[in-house]
Amino acid sequence: MSERVVITGMGIVCPMGHRVEEVWEGLLTGKNGMAKTTLFDARTFPTTFSAEVKNYDITKVTSNPKLHEHCSRGTSFAVGAAVEACKQAKIDIETDSPDDGIDRRRMGVYLGAGEGSVDNINFFDAMAKGWDKENNQMDWEKWAEVGFGKMDGMYELEQEPTMTGGHIAMLSGARGPSRSCLTACAASTQAIGEATMLVRNGKADIMISGGAHSMIHPLGVSGFNRLTALSTRNDSPETASRPFSASRDGFVLGEGGAIIVLESLSSAKKRGVEILAEVIGFGSSSDAFRVTDMHEEARGAVLAMKSALEDADVSCEDIDYISTHGTSTSENDSIETLAIKTVFGEHAKNTPASSPKSMFGHLIGATGCAEIITCVLAIRDNILPPTANMFDRDPELDLDYVPNEPRKAEVKTVMSESFGFGGQNNVLIITEGRE
Amino acid sequence: MKGRGVFITGIGAVSPLGMSVDEMWEGLLAGKCGIDTIKAFDPVGFTCKLAGEVGEFNIRNFVPKSHRKATKLMCRDIELSILAAKEAVENSGLVTKATDPDNVTVDPSRMAITFGAGVICCNLEEMSPSVAKSIKDGKFDLGKWGTDGLESLTPLWLLKYLPNMLACHVGIIHDIRGPSNSLTCGEASGHLAIAEAAEVIARGSAEAVITGGSDAKVNPIMILRQCLIGRAAVDRNGDPEGACRPFDADASGSVFGEGSGILVLEEAEFAKKRGATILAEIVGVGESNNLNAKYESLEAGAVGTQIAIEMALEDAGIEAKELDLVFPHGTGIADDDAAEAEAIANVLGDAVDSVAVWPTKGMLSNTGAAGGALDVVAAIMAMKTGKIGPAKNCNNKADGCKLNIVNEPLDKEVRYALCCSYTFGGQTAAVVLKRYGS
Repeated sequence: MSERVVITGMGIVCPMGHRVEEVWEGLLTGKNGMAKTTLFDARTFPTTFSAEVKNYDITKVTSNPKLHEHCSRGTSFAVGAAVEACKQAKIDIETDSPDDGIDRRRMGVYLGAGEGSVDNINFFDAMAKGWDKENNQMDWEKWAEVGFGKMDGMYELEQEPTMTGGHIAMLSGARGPSRSCLTACAASTQAIGEATMLVRNGKADIMISGGAHSMIHPLGVSGFNRLTALSTRNDSPETASRPFSASRDGFVLGEGGAIIVLESLSSAKKRGVEILAEVIGFGSSSDAFRVTDMHEEARGAVLAMKSALEDADVSCEDIDYISTHGTSTSENDSIETLAIKTVFGEHAKNTPASSPKSMFGHLIGATGCAEIITCVLAIRDNILPPTANMFDRDPELDLDYVPNEPRKAEVKTVMSESFGFGGQNNVLIITEGRE
Repeated sequence: MKGRGVFITGIGAVSPLGMSVDEMWEGLLAGKCGIDTIKAFDPVGFTCKLAGEVGEFNIRNFVPKSHRKATKLMCRDIELSILAAKEAVENSGLVTKATDPDNVTVDPSRMAITFGAGVICCNLEEMSPSVAKSIKDGKFDLGKWGTDGLESLTPLWLLKYLPNMLACHVGIIHDIRGPSNSLTCGEASGHLAIAEAAEVIARGSAEAVITGGSDAKVNPIMILRQCLIGRAAVDRNGDPEGACRPFDADASGSVFGEGSGILVLEEAEFAKKRGATILAEIVGVGESNNLNAKYESLEAGAVGTQIAIEMALEDAGIEAKELDLVFPHGTGIADDDAAEAEAIANVLGDAVDSVAVWPTKGMLSNTGAAGGALDVVAAIMAMKTGKIGPAKNCNNKADGCKLNIVNEPLDKEVRYALCCSYTFGGQTAAVVLKRYGS
């Protein structure tokens, strides 16, 4: 009864480019997206750099820019990525009379979309004007004076995470099941997993899925800096993201949008679209340990990986490559390595496992889908993207992380992992596309 | 629904009508109103000064000893979730780590959690001293924030405000190690979470799921947002009880609030085997998108909501006329209510005169991601008691509204109930419940 689920379209807007092929070429030629932060003046922050999307102009990717004119930064990336993905999947967009043979009630949207940002200048202005120094407390009347006087309703509304999916639905006309989840850094992996389930179980023929997020704003960076999660290697942004290296000191905050089109095999065949890959396994779990730390024995990560293997009905030996979460934080990279060893046993050392976050940074909610896209390309081209910036091996971390150089390899089946704050673990397994 | 059967075995509710399901239910039957002048902050400078607020409580008294330290990492949304989840789990009779760690009745890895959450606004009172340290020449200075302000924020500040932390804290307290998801689809989040939770069981990924939604919108940013967008009622600050008027001719906007509605869902055989008291069955879910060209207002005719309801009825295998009770989203925003009423009336067809429709936001306020789940709790109570309460503030139905809105308490056997919701992002959902054994 259950449907096989294939990927028929991909699109990305990230710090390394605004198109899938551009990003892939960058990953294989040692480029990266890190530089001084320009979105706000971060000179006095503990971390002064990030991986920003540069030179992106939404009015060039959509024929209806008016529809998106107030949208959040994350949403604008999602729109660009969705345009590219829908084009590849031959889904007619921005039209009231689509001619692609798709029943709109059978097409949905499931994103791992992040919240936007408050209007920082006016928000902080309101906070400062509202501060009652004499009484050491907030004066809400003064705060409201700035809020009502200067803040804009449409801008504020567009920052809610529900809005990104709304824009994708407006773009595509999707009337099928539509959800958006926000499970921290695991969000778009979870969205793809749950969207796969909707197609597999016949709730939809097509799901536009993926994620979008931008936290490169004062409060986002402040929050991550206080958690000491970000690299502070301010003198060398381009080498700061160094997953699995001994000298890793945190992740590099990126931003972006990544979208894939999931489709039932029967629909893809009927429409005659190219099958790029097949999603065969999804595993999801929670650590139920602490909101601050991963479980020391990687309990949740192991369960998610095992569930995904079981769901896919494959064994560790069948996995040719692991796209790790590999954030470049001390904790994640150690515990993830432990999880891989626990699940893969003897086979762990023979299974290449790399982290593209070493090059495009950590796209937070969007990162899982960006990494699924790199997995599909690894399968297509039989080449593994490297972990960049591996200068010094951490003696505790002894897997094959594909250091510094891309590698030719036969790649058929791939596992992609995402772990989020609070103990959110999501793992997908994809394999080469075939009928 | 395809796949394994899904039963509701436990319910919990924290709402502006009280700290328990019973208090909420008594309030709803009596037509009580939980809306009043905002107490959380001084609303004098706000155009809407009203909200539905939950009373005072100390969360430390409601968590296991092992989790007391973690209460420092909780925003209001998390606290509300913990309270309602506690009631729901106790009501279900499931034994989890929180109730008796030595005798748990379900394997933690076969338990899941799927919550609907709102976008969480940080506590501005908490942040204000850091802003105060960043003022230079009477103005906020980002450079100073980077050195002085930021350093004075509590180190784990960010973790208090991630929307997935509701489910994470509840998951830690009850030791839930299976899938955990947090849906952030505004006011449709609660129903979408319940829909996904039901699927998680139906497809075999868990035997039990804690699900529902929680939201705490009574803070300056959220109220400001709703006022600026024009969704809040601003002309009835002197009449809190009459302020939120779903489907009424004099409706002038919604009133926002806070709450949490939580359910325990179990796989049918699992629930029967352990001798659970079964409250109701989830028999149909439907989801779609409203294509809201003006993002702040619902699409004319709420076409997406109509599709979602049609799908839910099809999934349940029933006809619209078999419904006994409908909980609409009904916010009190006149244009949105008109569009939703049209969609519901279209699906009900000839049955529109006989099927009872009970909007609850006039009493509960618009509790965002919690609203849908609180309505499901009310639907279950209506099934259990055979009673339907009165809609509040719908004395004079808006022009064109064909719905049979219940204005007087009613004794009625409720076999099938439909709950619907939508959000300005477009996502919309409908859930069909069936009374157990009927």
